[in-house]
Amino acid sequence: MALNPQASGMDDVVEAMNLTEVQGRSLWADARARFVRNKAAMFASILLLALLAFSVLGGFLTEYDKETVDFTLMGANAYKGVPSMETGHFFGTDASGRDLYARVVQGTRISIMVGIVGAIVAVVVGTLYGATAGYFGGRLDGIMMRTVDVLMSIPFMFVLIIMLVVFGRSIFMLFLGIGLISWLDMARIARGQTLSIKNKEFVEVAHAIGVHPLRIILRHIVPNLAGIVIVYATLLVPQLIIFESFISFLGLGVQEPNTSLGALISEGAANMSNGTPWQLTYPLIFFVLTIFAFFFVGDGLRDALDPKDR
Amino acid sequence: MALLDVRNLSVAFETGDGRVDAVKDITLSIETGQCMGIVGESGSGKSQTFMALMGLLARNGTASGSAKFNGQEMLNVPAVEANKVRGADVAMIFQDPLTALTPHLTVGQQMSEVLEVHKNMKGAAAKRLCLDWLDRVRIPEGAARFDQYPHQLSGGMRQRVMIAMAMLCKPKLLIADEPTTALDVTVQADVLDLMKNLQEEEQTAIALITHDMGVVARMCDTVAVMRHGQYVEEGAVETLFHAPQHDYTRMLLDAMPRIDAPTEAATEVDAERILDVQDVEVNFDIRVNKGLFGKTIPLRAVDGVSFDLARKETLGIVGESGCGKSTLARAVLQLIPPSAGKVLWMGQNLTGLGRPQMAAHRKNLQIVFQDPLASLNPRMTIAASIAEPLLTFQPALSAKERTAKVAEMMERVGLDQRMINRYPHELSGGQNQRVGIARAMINRPELVVCDEAVSALDVSIQAQIIRLLKDLQADMGLSMMFISHDLSVVRDISHRIMVLYLGRVVEMADRDEIYQNPVHPYTQSLISAVPIPDPRVEKTRQRIKLPGELPSPLDPGAGLRFLPSKRRVDPGYRPALMEVSPGHWVAEHESFEAIVQAEERRLAG
Repeated sequence: MALNPQASGMDDVVEAMNLTEVQGRSLWADARARFVRNKAAMFASILLLALLAFSVLGGFLTEYDKETVDFTLMGANAYKGVPSMETGHFFGTDASGRDLYARVVQGTRISIMVGIVGAIVAVVVGTLYGATAGYFGGRLDGIMMRTVDVLMSIPFMFVLIIMLVVFGRSIFMLFLGIGLISWLDMARIARGQTLSIKNKEFVEVAHAIGVHPLRIILRHIVPNLAGIVIVYATLLVPQLIIFESFISFLGLGVQEPNTSLGALISEGAANMSNGTPWQLTYPLIFFVLTIFAFFFVGDGLRDALDPKDR
Repeated sequence: MALLDVRNLSVAFETGDGRVDAVKDITLSIETGQCMGIVGESGSGKSQTFMALMGLLARNGTASGSAKFNGQEMLNVPAVEANKVRGADVAMIFQDPLTALTPHLTVGQQMSEVLEVHKNMKGAAAKRLCLDWLDRVRIPEGAARFDQYPHQLSGGMRQRVMIAMAMLCKPKLLIADEPTTALDVTVQADVLDLMKNLQEEEQTAIALITHDMGVVARMCDTVAVMRHGQYVEEGAVETLFHAPQHDYTRMLLDAMPRIDAPTEAATEVDAERILDVQDVEVNFDIRVNKGLFGKTIPLRAVDGVSFDLARKETLGIVGESGCGKSTLARAVLQLIPPSAGKVLWMGQNLTGLGRPQMAAHRKNLQIVFQDPLASLNPRMTIAASIAEPLLTFQPALSAKERTAKVAEMMERVGLDQRMINRYPHELSGGQNQRVGIARAMINRPELVVCDEAVSALDVSIQAQIIRLLKDLQADMGLSMMFISHDLSVVRDISHRIMVLYLGRVVEMADRDEIYQNPVHPYTQSLISAVPIPDPRVEKTRQRIKLPGELPSPLDPGAGLRFLPSKRRVDPGYRPALMEVSPGHWVAEHESFEAIVQAEERRLAG
């Protein structure tokens, strides 16, 4: 240090500065303040956290697990398998005599996972793909976006069903299939936003400074896409949950003994005439709550991140 | 009795961050036929004062006090009452004539609407009156313009339509909110002349809201200076300009660069030529709808420009909007590839270099843009923005060293180091421009291009930024290309000045030479159009006016406006530059009288 007086001088400057520097209020901080003021969104966030906690920790509250069949209930499901605190079957049992509470916990977990994994794939792949196409423009943009158009024009529900039938039903195949679809819309949205951001002066400055194009995309374009991407992702999650439920409702999707909310609703609906309404009611309540929570959080984020507000 | 009598007017806004008092206890009066200037910098409440009078406050705003027009209360009265006065007896024109006109209605429809609402006049009679006014605001071919849409007119033309619309009902008071700020200097002069004439002929009182002391000196009888929502000083224009009482008024007058004032001596310039631009052309393909598929025609945005630049020299580039000055700067920095010509930087040709080779030169070639907020990434702290060039060119620096360098640079450009974690939206325009300058300077570049770098700033901030740029130039020995439409500012900072007209150089000379002895008629008309903040000088000054509008760059032969005899025989001819005295280059042109005659013949058809 002593050999390099200039360097130690710089250290002094930095240290002197740290004492007094003022913390800035970023756009994120502003958005957070707006989000916290939004009561519906805050309530939905709390509900969502509760649902997450339920799906992860709910299993510890019951003595039953999701796959053990209670043989004492054989043939007497309609009057012995009713929801009751005494028997420990809080939500009753399903048609095979398995504890519905444990199955709802597991089903909620799968459904939320499907939604979140799909949204993450959409955010990562879709944003980078769209930002790259939008930033470079020209022929590359043409090729990349026409590819997206072609993929979008394929009826994906059909392809997914064939995939599940041919390669067998597994959670991995389900995630793969949903991941394949979910990023397409995001890529289009990200590209459109990039086109307007790349003409902003700060991008031109970065170009004039000599910043590498990939760094321009990652440092200057993607952070400015983040607002719209996050909003779209939170709105995408419930769509994917509904999508997965539909697949499971058809009997594809998650494989026994695992289950998802869609599969439970399907079973419950099939057994409605057997006098076991709880088999439909409880999965449906959790399904609706999850979807509602995600939609309200998404709406709140959109209001909070909307740049028109400033 | 005064025509407009405002007593104790206050305007307040309820915002998310609390109550903001925009106007505090203003009292003003305007007499019939008088022109009153309201001067102030942005945020001084000058516009809100009149918005409140017109009942145009934003929904979260409230006004209190009293405002009597011809003895009738205007403030806080029901809309029905107020509408009788608004539009008929009081009319308003705004800064941006494009947004103030409805885009999907023709000029004629919008003008007739005013007559229908206020005078219940329709059909042929209304049209006759409209055409009469279009003629009086000197719009050529008024009958054709009547059926055109706003986007088909030029900026100056639109502002004239706005004035014609405002004058249709012969208002007693015309409120003009920065009416010429968005216009080129020659167009501004025309519009101001027009307003002055109307004021004299119709005895219309004008409330002129502006930040430009020069405009005030040209137009106004009395002036009020506003700051932070309050009056600082008011009085007759002569006394205010020549014996200002308040420090703020004096500061405003001093900050305003004057095109006729003696400037401080230019700094030394090295003999070494670092930049040599040879015959640079930039063409854009413009699609025109002709035939089934349309076709593309080249727009020559920059049409064979050559110049050189010495170390420590500042070259001012002036011209009206659309003359290609920004395109030229971007072509020099290779942000837009030139279509032809060479850019030699330290003897090496930059044109056609690939991105990696060019990146090596970018360290020495920097640019500062017009809009300080738009040129900063809103998601990055200002320190991160300033550090960006360091990350690119000195990646070996540790985070600590980088922070220290940024802090040092911030101090140098006059930013408080404590603001290191701030975001652009928390800073003022002037502070953000300092950030932009710090970012451009942090690698000690050799050439900095300032593209309208001070045009968006208030006058007092403008003066500070120019001082800063001059200091930095002296410190670092850098060269600058300073682009501006404001001839007074360019004069203040440049060693040499280049005047562009439709992508070509019309005149280039040393600063003092070009302002004292302009040769080309275009340069002469530009210089004479700049208002001087001195009412005595303004009243005696004669303007050199070129007839007609600035032609479209797509018009073939438009570049030969100053060489009318060639225009007829050879529209593709390019006027050559000739050296009239050492270092003073002027494009070929004919005498002023010949140009005026040719232009009038053309307008007559």
